[in-house]
Amino acid sequence: MNKKKSGNIVGKGVIYIALIVLAITIIVPVAWVFMASFKKNSEFIGAGTNPWALPKQMFVQNYQVAFQDARMGEFLFNTILVTVLALLLILVIALPASYALSRFKFKGNKILNLLFMAGLFINVNYIVVPIFLMLSDWDSALGFQLFLDNRFMLALIYAATNLPFTVYLLSSYFRSLPKGFEEAAYIDGCGYFKTMVKIMIPMAKPSIITVLLFNFLTFWNEYIIAYTLMDEHGTIAMGLKNLMAVERTATNYGIMYAGLVIVMLPVLIFYICVQKKLTEGMTLGGLKG
Amino acid sequence: MNREKAQRRFIFGCLAPAVILMAIFIFYPTINVFKMSLFRMGAITNTSEFVGLSNFKTLMQDKNFLEAMQNTILIIVMVMIFTIVLAVLFAALLQRGKFKGKTFFRIVFYIPNILSIVVIGGIFGAIYDPSNGLLNTFLEAIHLDGLTHKWMGEPNIVIYSVIFALVWQAIGYYMVMYMSGMAAIPEDLYEAAALDGSSEIHTFFSVTLPLIWTNIRTTLTFYIISTINLSFLFVQIMTDGGPNGKTEVFLNYMYKQAYGNGAYGYGMAIGVVVFLFSFVLAAIVNKITDREVYEM
Repeated sequence: MNKKKSGNIVGKGVIYIALIVLAITIIVPVAWVFMASFKKNSEFIGAGTNPWALPKQMFVQNYQVAFQDARMGEFLFNTILVTVLALLLILVIALPASYALSRFKFKGNKILNLLFMAGLFINVNYIVVPIFLMLSDWDSALGFQLFLDNRFMLALIYAATNLPFTVYLLSSYFRSLPKGFEEAAYIDGCGYFKTMVKIMIPMAKPSIITVLLFNFLTFWNEYIIAYTLMDEHGTIAMGLKNLMAVERTATNYGIMYAGLVIVMLPVLIFYICVQKKLTEGMTLGGLKG
Repeated sequence: MNREKAQRRFIFGCLAPAVILMAIFIFYPTINVFKMSLFRMGAITNTSEFVGLSNFKTLMQDKNFLEAMQNTILIIVMVMIFTIVLAVLFAALLQRGKFKGKTFFRIVFYIPNILSIVVIGGIFGAIYDPSNGLLNTFLEAIHLDGLTHKWMGEPNIVIYSVIFALVWQAIGYYMVMYMSGMAAIPEDLYEAAALDGSSEIHTFFSVTLPLIWTNIRTTLTFYIISTINLSFLFVQIMTDGGPNGKTEVFLNYMYKQAYGNGAYGYGMAIGVVVFLFSFVLAAIVNKITDREVYEM
């Protein structure tokens, strides 16, 4: 009995050590970036500088420079704009499509379902260059630049390329709702559109929240499409990449870490607020890499 | 009759926008990937000439591509093994263990998954920095100076630095997946195992692991597809294939050829090969892991 107990304590110790080591490899670097963002440049470069030392002062100017000179403020605004726009677009487009696909029998239903499923297998990394060429062709046909470096287009492309995943999740939720709701509404004289908007969409709220959470993270963090299509009106991930390249060669580390904080702080706050719903939603959706 | 017509119109209105958008921004570009792979295209001269399978023939002799292939396969295998072992282990600890702070650990472990790849690149830049990096200064502080390296500079090490970052990013995501699989295992199986005097470790191998085998198997396909994609984004940010092609991966090479070099046709041929490669690999893995499933 005694032996078993002490074995238990050792076991528990090992478990805690494993968990704590992994937690440290995540918390320490993230916290360190926050700390480093308040350091002056002289605290990074030269002999005798210790990266583990606390900042000697709260050098907030790093943020000022990042926001203004490195235009992170502008990029932040662009990212908010594109993310909100893309979220609105994807809801307005995906909700009716998912509803029609899952609640109606019609000719071509099977083929359309297959088409949406096929879309799940096409990753945007493969098609980003053809998308760029297509937009650039449209621009040359017009004779001036309209489609490239356009925030509305970027939002539309974000929405379009995430439609398969979103429709997949929403329509499987609609399918799980009991039959007969619509019939009752029709008898009451409700039209198709009104039934969908007033009765069915409110019932899909849990899946709508899941879809919004995942798409928010995807859009906010997205990098390769923005990097390929955008120029002047870039997003924050792109801005950060340029900032990192510039400040690393110029060895302005403080500004670089301030940029990192500007990008990750909103996401971290968002995550802390919704973490439970997010991990629950993940098992609901079952995919999204 | 009128009602049927109204219904058809309604369905059409609901589906048309989504179908049109997917056609323009997903399916048309995908078809173009295949089509363009058969052409030789110049970005500056703006010409395109049908060359059949010539791009694919060149590709098979392209040393850079073969190196990218080796690197990608190494990355897939290593990321898969390390992530599975660690994610299953931590999932079992958090799902089955009885101790305080489980929620805290779950929340923390998932953090890397929500960060932008650019942010992760920046964080690992700080960790791997040769002189002032967190890793090297930590090793010096505990008097393991011999283990310090130029993590992003030494040709034999740099790919493992990228692999470590990929595993770091992936553990939390797969851990949550395996946890939900473990949550579905009925409690009485564990009670029965305990009555039989089975140790925790033995129970893990005889109950938990066999019962989440289907979960693990599904995630194998995820590992292949998402590692091909994520290795591109990580490499793009962290090393851009350097030093000297040592971390070049499939899609980064495609992107370089197509977007950087303007060799669109050649780049798309790479895309086609990688696309097919990922499907074939997923199918093979699916086949060899096919074994009897324990019914719950």
